[in-house]
Amino acid sequence: MSEAVSALNAATASGVATVEEVGLRGMITLRGDLSGKAVAAAVKAAVGAGVPDVRRIVQGDQGAAAWMSPDELLLLTGYDRAAEAVAAAQDAMGTAHGLVVNVSDARAGFRVSGGGAREVLGKLSPVDFSAEAFGAGQFRRSRLAQVPAAIWANENGSLEVICFRSVAQYVFDLLRVSGETGGEVGFYRA
Amino acid sequence: MLILTCPYCGVKGEETEFHSGGEAHLKRFGPGSSDADFEQYLFMRENPKGVHLERWRHANGCGKWFHAARCTVTLEVFGTYSAQTTEPPQHIRDAISARRPGWTWREFS
Repeated sequence: MSEAVSALNAATASGVATVEEVGLRGMITLRGDLSGKAVAAAVKAAVGAGVPDVRRIVQGDQGAAAWMSPDELLLLTGYDRAAEAVAAAQDAMGTAHGLVVNVSDARAGFRVSGGGAREVLGKLSPVDFSAEAFGAGQFRRSRLAQVPAAIWANENGSLEVICFRSVAQYVFDLLRVSGETGGEVGFYRA
Repeated sequence: MLILTCPYCGVKGEETEFHSGGEAHLKRFGPGSSDADFEQYLFMRENPKGVHLERWRHANGCGKWFHAARCTVTLEVFGTYSAQTTEPPQHIRDAISARRPGWTWREFS
């Protein structure tokens, strides 16, 4: 079998913030009735987390679960574990109406860290990225310039971005240019 | 700038995060209907100066369709509500009446 590679092979750039492609990561779309027991059991089985509240991401012992829409979650886990997690989630769903699909290779992920992280994303997206409005555990789908993206805040202050793999280079270039030294606006002061 | 609040994910976002889906609460006239009804359904749209009910989709977000009641002159949004309805709910009508007493839009008022 061929060797799996991420969209940009862990490219990095640094300026007012450090932008890095996170590399291979297991990503699973889970759709169904989020208030039902079957979905709760599936999330628990796949990543060991609870069902996140609206626009939240929760960590579990095997990954994380993020709220994508009223009937959709995104489960994050190790790339090598993804198939196993899908099987576990499908088993836990039983006969309940729903969908569990491994989308690891359909998406690309970036981590933006450092003091200017909020600034870098704030220039690209119509979202309030201030620390008060977008604290750790917040998850938001919006757009980065011209393409859709999902963004969340980690405990350590870094922000993570997920976009479609087909636009990975575009998103990386956006983040890189937005984070160039000398381009800081100074709106989100720590 | 038009600021909409998605009733599904609670996001208060600006216009570019959403996509307009045209007039709300159209009643479909399909095969078997009269030519006049079909023409009305297919071509005739409200074009009000003032209160308007529209469909919107949270395209760069949760992806869900919803309805919005807004003013076409001031871009004031009176409220957003679920897509799974054929008429504006009472709380939306009340919210519009509070700001635009005596409003009418098609058969609603």
